Amino acid sequence: MDSDTRKITGAEAMIRCMEAEGVTDVFGLPGGAILPLYDAWAACDHTIRHYLVRHEQGAGHMAQGYARATGRVGVAIATSGPGATNLVTPIADAYLDSTPIVCITGQVPTHLIGTDAFQEADIQGITMPVVKHSWLVDDVRDLPRVFKEAFHIARSGRPGPVLIDVPKDVQLAQLDFSYPKQVDIPGYKPSKHGHPRQIIQAAEAILAAERPTFYVGGGAIHSGVDQADLIRVAEAAQIPVVTTLQGKGAFPDSHPLCIGLPGMHGSKAANWAMNRCDLLIACGARFDDRVTGKLDTFAPGARVIHMDVDPAEIDKNRQAQIPIVGSLEHVVPKLAEALESRTNGGPPRAGEWLETVRGWKRDNPFRYRNTEPLKPEYVIERLRELTRGRDVIWATGVGQHQMWAAQYLEIDRPRRWLTSGGAGTMGFGVPAAIGAKVGRPDAVVINIDGDGCFQMTMQELATARMYGIAAIHVVVNNGWLGMVRQWQELFHEERFSETLFDANLPDYVKMAEAFGLPGFRCEQIDEVDVAIRAALECGQPCVIDARVDHEEKVYPMVPAGGSSAEMIDVEWAEEDNAWVEEGV
Amino acid sequence: MNTHTLSVLVQNRPGVLTRCAGLFARRGFNIESLAVGPTEDPARSRITIRVNCEQHSLDQVQKQLYKLVDVLKVQELGASAVELELMIIKVTSTPERRPEIISLAEVFDAKVVDVGPQAVTFSCVASPDRLQALEELMVPYVIKELVRTGRIALDRDGELGRRTRMRVVA
Repeated sequence: MDSDTRKITGAEAMIRCMEAEGVTDVFGLPGGAILPLYDAWAACDHTIRHYLVRHEQGAGHMAQGYARATGRVGVAIATSGPGATNLVTPIADAYLDSTPIVCITGQVPTHLIGTDAFQEADIQGITMPVVKHSWLVDDVRDLPRVFKEAFHIARSGRPGPVLIDVPKDVQLAQLDFSYPKQVDIPGYKPSKHGHPRQIIQAAEAILAAERPTFYVGGGAIHSGVDQADLIRVAEAAQIPVVTTLQGKGAFPDSHPLCIGLPGMHGSKAANWAMNRCDLLIACGARFDDRVTGKLDTFAPGARVIHMDVDPAEIDKNRQAQIPIVGSLEHVVPKLAEALESRTNGGPPRAGEWLETVRGWKRDNPFRYRNTEPLKPEYVIERLRELTRGRDVIWATGVGQHQMWAAQYLEIDRPRRWLTSGGAGTMGFGVPAAIGAKVGRPDAVVINIDGDGCFQMTMQELATARMYGIAAIHVVVNNGWLGMVRQWQELFHEERFSETLFDANLPDYVKMAEAFGLPGFRCEQIDEVDVAIRAALECGQPCVIDARVDHEEKVYPMVPAGGSSAEMIDVEWAEEDNAWVEEGV
Repeated sequence: MNTHTLSVLVQNRPGVLTRCAGLFARRGFNIESLAVGPTEDPARSRITIRVNCEQHSLDQVQKQLYKLVDVLKVQELGASAVELELMIIKVTSTPERRPEIISLAEVFDAKVVDVGPQAVTFSCVASPDRLQALEELMVPYVIKELVRTGRIALDRDGELGRRTRMRVVA
């Protein structure tokens, strides 16, 4: 983009700003206050593709799925008032899971702001607690600077959502357009390089530790750290690695050092490795309560190395003895070098510990009884097996199906696992998968959803159909709000209060057909592969209705507020040969 | 729990006060007083906040404040800082008692800013403790109305006080 100035409207300027930022795809839905932007969209010459959604929440989650699958900034557009408030959930979700999205909202004309005008909402005020930053643009000449700052803030440091609210008259006003080349925000200078002395101290602590555990979170994906560098760190010191729900894929699940998922529904091995370690090396992870359980009993004997780009995460939930603030992209390779230069390929101290942790993993796999009625774990295992070797991006909703997917899927590369972790937003799966498929049309995109979640955003199948966005949506359909039901069964004396859906309501196959899409159903073990194969081969957006056992529960489990060292589990009868272990 | 004074230098932009105050509310802090006003640079404002909290929570809220894009600097002021507050106080006063009240107020360097038939109004700039003392002395005369700005504060020259030190600097 050159910096020659010419007179254009604010609306056209917004498009030129997006072009200058390299935006190629946006998700949105027009309305009165954003009409000038949409008018310019049709009138101007540009190549940005717009995906018309059916609900603004869909646009927000699509932008998130797009951002997380591609590593680029996602863009969602909505009108003022209800259009803008429908973006609040995705914004809050993106804030908690550090997803870079730019939300652009129309606003009533400046002279009407504050008068309770038609479709007026103070969206900047409403979203203030859940944005990284936001702007209400009251002067058209500010638009280029604001867009430059918005994209910069969304993607740099700890990524997150930003909001640009543009009144209608500002979109219509004219300006001499030139896009700034530089961005200068005096109050915003995220740290890049970790302190070299801290990194060396960390390397020495790792090599001196007897029982180190590497705790890798979503930050290790968002920062764009090279997976090879993470592997170098783990291998140099032979440290067992746990990857959190958001960190899944940062480190290969299939790597021999990977112990997998910690936390409420994580593996016993991962939780024990965290709780019994003498050194916990947190990397882009934030000691979330779903990981630690009760904080005062979590990892009692561990010193903590905490690497994070956000200084506010250090000492927030757990005191760090060796904090390293910086972008992991820079910190992790330096840590790998520091470790390698000190080990010279010699035997690590932690060999015995590693064997212990591996033993825990071997002896405590995730497992289930593969009997009728059809088990949800089996459906997920078959999805994994029938797509093995292909580049698959998985999205999920929130609940039991999400936890089973986290337990049973094997994800080896970053940006292949899109799930709402911090906010736990039901309905995330359908639009996130659509956004991911738009950003990565070459990949197989599969949304593993629950019936409760699916019904929250399933209208976006119309978006998928309209543009032929061929993600596969698998409804793990137990006819219940399964995770809530599980809690009611375990902790509320089986009072199943308001959690019963109906597996036939709607008929998901007919519903898919109503959208002009193929729907497949499987109700028995031998029908699962048939449905999955048909979905993989149809080349269209489609729905699989997998009717599963509603009594199946996610195990093992740390009860809320309990110690993550102690997980509850079902009795395993070893002589019963219906048990299936993960990955077998 | 102790009371701490934070001095927050911010960009003078719409919404910046809401962002800062909202952060305190969201994280469960009780703001004892808050004063905001311009500085030597018209593009910047200074917010002086008094909060009552544990040191650990204070460290956390300072880091969270730093994350706000419009916040330039966060400083915890120590005991050596200059802290002043303005109070305007309207005291019931019949003409007979007026001289007595005025002479009492003068001990505190309070200024008479208005005299009416039934009341006299003073302004006083002083340390919060001194204002408290003046207020207590006026209680027997019956205080009709009273307003305080909340304290504003600055470090002394050459004396850093207890500056905010982020424990982690990359």
